[in-house]
Amino acid sequence: MFPELNHLLNTTPDRAEQGKLTLLCDAKTDGSFLVHHFLSFYLKANCKVCFVALIQSFSHYNIVGQKLGVSLTTARERGQLVFLEGLKSSVDVFFRSQEEPHPLQFLREANTGNLQPLFEFVREALKPGDNAEAAWRCPVLLVDDLSVLLSLGVGAVAVLDFIHYCRATVCCELKGNIVTLVHDSGDAEDEENDVLLNGLSHQSHLILRAEGLATGFCRDVHGQLRILWRRPSQLTAQRDRSLTYQYKIQDKSVSFFAKGMSPAVL
Amino acid sequence: MAAAATSCGPRAGAPGCVVAAAGKDSVTSFQRRGPRASGPDGGCRRLASIAGTRPSVRNGQLLVSTGLPALDQLLGGGLAVGTLLLIEEDKYNIYSPLLFKYFLAEGIINGHTLLVASAKEDPAEILQELPAPLLNDNCKKEVDEDVCSHKTPESNIKMKIAWRYQLLPKMEKKEKNVLRIGIQNLGSPLWGDDICCTENCNNSQSLTKFLYVLRGLLRTSLSACIITVPTHLIQNKAVIARVTNLSDTVVGLESFIGSERETNPLYQEYHGLIHVRQIPRLNNLIGDVSDVKDLAFKLRRKLFTIERLHLPPDLSDTVSRSGKQDLAEPTKLLGPGCGVTAGGKKHLDF
Repeated sequence: MFPELNHLLNTTPDRAEQGKLTLLCDAKTDGSFLVHHFLSFYLKANCKVCFVALIQSFSHYNIVGQKLGVSLTTARERGQLVFLEGLKSSVDVFFRSQEEPHPLQFLREANTGNLQPLFEFVREALKPGDNAEAAWRCPVLLVDDLSVLLSLGVGAVAVLDFIHYCRATVCCELKGNIVTLVHDSGDAEDEENDVLLNGLSHQSHLILRAEGLATGFCRDVHGQLRILWRRPSQLTAQRDRSLTYQYKIQDKSVSFFAKGMSPAVL
Repeated sequence: MAAAATSCGPRAGAPGCVVAAAGKDSVTSFQRRGPRASGPDGGCRRLASIAGTRPSVRNGQLLVSTGLPALDQLLGGGLAVGTLLLIEEDKYNIYSPLLFKYFLAEGIINGHTLLVASAKEDPAEILQELPAPLLNDNCKKEVDEDVCSHKTPESNIKMKIAWRYQLLPKMEKKEKNVLRIGIQNLGSPLWGDDICCTENCNNSQSLTKFLYVLRGLLRTSLSACIITVPTHLIQNKAVIARVTNLSDTVVGLESFIGSERETNPLYQEYHGLIHVRQIPRLNNLIGDVSDVKDLAFKLRRKLFTIERLHLPPDLSDTVSRSGKQDLAEPTKLLGPGCGVTAGGKKHLDF
């Protein structure tokens, strides 16, 4: 996790909030550093994490996690981390016959699939253990990322349904958190993606939006992060709090600074 | 559409099945120099002993060469094994087949296994037309010997040591080898897809699903893949965005043919622009992004070069650069105050 980002979000692993949906969004840049942050954050907070990793392999997250101070292999062995490796599983789903329904069963379906097997997988992974195992803090579902599901034949409505079911189970019933990444296609006019993004934005408690700079590539400032705190359930017209920072990604951490205050410029 | 799988050892004299591309010291930097291939550090010795690969200096990721050292440099040393390189084709598909062929040729010279798929040309014909290696005359003889006798000295030695076994059939030791996959013109109507035909296409999901599962296969094997896609024909921008997100490295070619830049004297040094649209972040928070964003390529007689786009200094009278060639109009007399005669054709005269 990045200590500076914790500071900005006013949170620490000990005081992690519960029952929240956090939406990570990236536009014209790669927001995966936020996924690494939350993964290591919740592992350090002693939460039980179910990570649906559809984009990269386990070793990728593991190596970056080690730079951030967590070991995914250890967490997986202890039962703290349940890892669904999308890329590897897709090969299994396609080329080997499965007896019981696989979480990525929708890959085999010709028409728009539904994500019910995936939801069952998540629910099974995060349900509280009966025996006296180490009591984890709260369950967390992490998805990287949801936009790729649209490329795999699942409709935007089906993805929204999946998140709805997950929220009902993970956030409300189990008092856990959900963190998910969605790409913002910007001017590529991906309508399905926009539906998904807008739908999730309205349900989220916290939105972190990583954008590339409007002026283009810069070596010292990699992008801009907009943080938006929301209260989706309350109907009061209170203004949501929002902050904007610029950031630079380094080898093992990310530094944040106010707009225009990059150390390279000062 | 046809696919051809070949496994070419580095043997010289095979007609048409020729070898790889250019290098600074005129030999591809990934070529094995002898029977003992040594990695840069002992820890990676086992991995580096796979022919034609080397670990990245940044993060130890295993890299293969794309066949073009200039492109390797742009990508941070080479293409990582297990990843997908997407080439956005130039408009008339003149330069992207070259990158495709360099990739395959590099595979042959390293002894990699190849899998070539193309709907437009017969893959066997593609393999016949691969570029020859660019070698100095000095090292040519040495490399030829190396290439010719690559297997024989070893096998002779083996025979000497175990002469009584020479009557038994030789068992080939199955070594780990890299598989190079090349798919040409994916998404074009020749493959039966309508992605390039209409905006509301039905086949976009089969293409994106294919790319996803292909990447899954690449990640779980020792292989690298190059795919060329005619993105200039795809009318639905959302499909291009999805295809980009599903690839690891994306490089776009923009040739000057047919555009006004072809005759523009400012760009006469180059044949087109090359855009590095995406670099993967593998095992790292950040990828190897080059600082130079304006890159142009030129196909010389023997070499495909990529360099920083240099526009010559503008020496015209007008402030804005319009690129017009007739800058040599004699300037008018500016008046007695200037003192210098304003005749002559040089536009530097005040």
